[in-house]
Amino acid sequence: MEIPKSFLGYKRENGRAGTRNHVIILPVDDISNACAEAVANNIKGTIALPHSYGRLQFGADLELHFRTMIGTGSNPNVAAVIVIGIEPKWTKKIVDGIAKTGKPVEGFHIERTGDIGTIMKASKKAQEFSQWASEIQREECPISDLWISVKCGESDTTSGLASNPTVGNLMEKLEPLGVHLCFGETSELTGAEEVCATRGITQEVSAKFMKTWSNYNDFILKEATDDLSESQPTAGNIAGGLTTIEEKAFGNFQKIGNLKFIDVLEPAEEPTKGPGLYFMDTSSAAAECVTLQAAGGFNIHLFPTGQGNIIGNPIEPVVKLTANPLTAKSMSEHVDCDVSKLLSREMNMSDAGDELIKTTLRVANGRLTCAEALGHREFVMTKLYRSA
Amino acid sequence: MATDIIIHDKKDNVGVVVIEKITPKQDCSCWIMEDDSSTTIKSEDEIPLGHKIAMVDLNEGDTILKYGHDIGKVVKSIKKGEHVHVHNVKTKKW
Repeated sequence: MEIPKSFLGYKRENGRAGTRNHVIILPVDDISNACAEAVANNIKGTIALPHSYGRLQFGADLELHFRTMIGTGSNPNVAAVIVIGIEPKWTKKIVDGIAKTGKPVEGFHIERTGDIGTIMKASKKAQEFSQWASEIQREECPISDLWISVKCGESDTTSGLASNPTVGNLMEKLEPLGVHLCFGETSELTGAEEVCATRGITQEVSAKFMKTWSNYNDFILKEATDDLSESQPTAGNIAGGLTTIEEKAFGNFQKIGNLKFIDVLEPAEEPTKGPGLYFMDTSSAAAECVTLQAAGGFNIHLFPTGQGNIIGNPIEPVVKLTANPLTAKSMSEHVDCDVSKLLSREMNMSDAGDELIKTTLRVANGRLTCAEALGHREFVMTKLYRSA
Repeated sequence: MATDIIIHDKKDNVGVVVIEKITPKQDCSCWIMEDDSSTTIKSEDEIPLGHKIAMVDLNEGDTILKYGHDIGKVVKSIKKGEHVHVHNVKTKKW
């Protein structure tokens, strides 16, 4: 198949391109959720991104909070941002971070005004942003403007056999065209970590990966119950035939095909070494991982599933594929790309990769994903440790 | 002939059932992805879609190979054709 060289995206002030054109209402902290949701309810064409944290965090945990907030607002799928926090200082820090992209952003704080006054002021600005954004047209953008993140979930053996290698096939075909690619899931590479480390493009990158993995593994060993509380593998993984974390890890690893990765990113860190594949240090919990990748600037996500994970994200469209024929049949409203014919060998891997490229481009051009149509907007901040 | 079981790598000692289920004493056709070769095996258990079958007799302490790599250890001996899962295999990690 000849791969299209362009897609229809929204060009942004900083040279990036979005696959979506959201106006978001971003609460800085948990207690500003009500206000943000009221504004989004008032003004059509906006969405609120409520979450659970943002108070009394400190150190690396607070840095990650800011990085995630600023990264989310800066994502090219977002046209404009209203930031609402309880107090002015942290609100301004986030506004200033997002403003570096050149996109419209305005902050409001609730102290000394109260919810109702803040909702009124923020709604007026949100209306302005929403109507402004509604006039932005999709334009032809080079395919290299796609920043594709990947993460699998509710995996079973069909993931490692077929849907994950389909993503790997897409990566092998799109990497030469200059796209940015990102995989994560530090804990779910356990068992395959040494093989994964060999995919670092230099010894330095490989060592950085091993250090990241070891840090996570040390933490897991410190906190672990003898079976990791049925979290790795999950009950769903086991029902689907996955027996050990090693088996899950080698299946997971199929998503990067034969590529090498050029850098290891902190959670929610934006890549700066140009096109190619990056590893991001993330949890393997679906919503946390995709939230971090979206905050890193990725504008479309590919999500292979075995047993049927239903996750979506408010700003980054999540394209779901499965090779499990039972999931494709019983949960069809969640499946954007069905590659179950790989198992019956009625389809080969290259055909499956082409199908996924076609689906990805349709979504990049504006087709709603299943998760978007069903209203999945899971926005989950990663918290590193207890608050002060 | 339809494929009942897919094996990732020639070195693997387990295969994955890719039809809804296989039944005891079923003659199953297996496809090895690595070199596009075929083999057959007679099942001993009922094994559902996505679950693994032992391609050889395995003893306690043996290593399970899938994708050509170590994915865990045998904790209860397994006969060729039997179901391989959490009841007879454990991680070497956590």
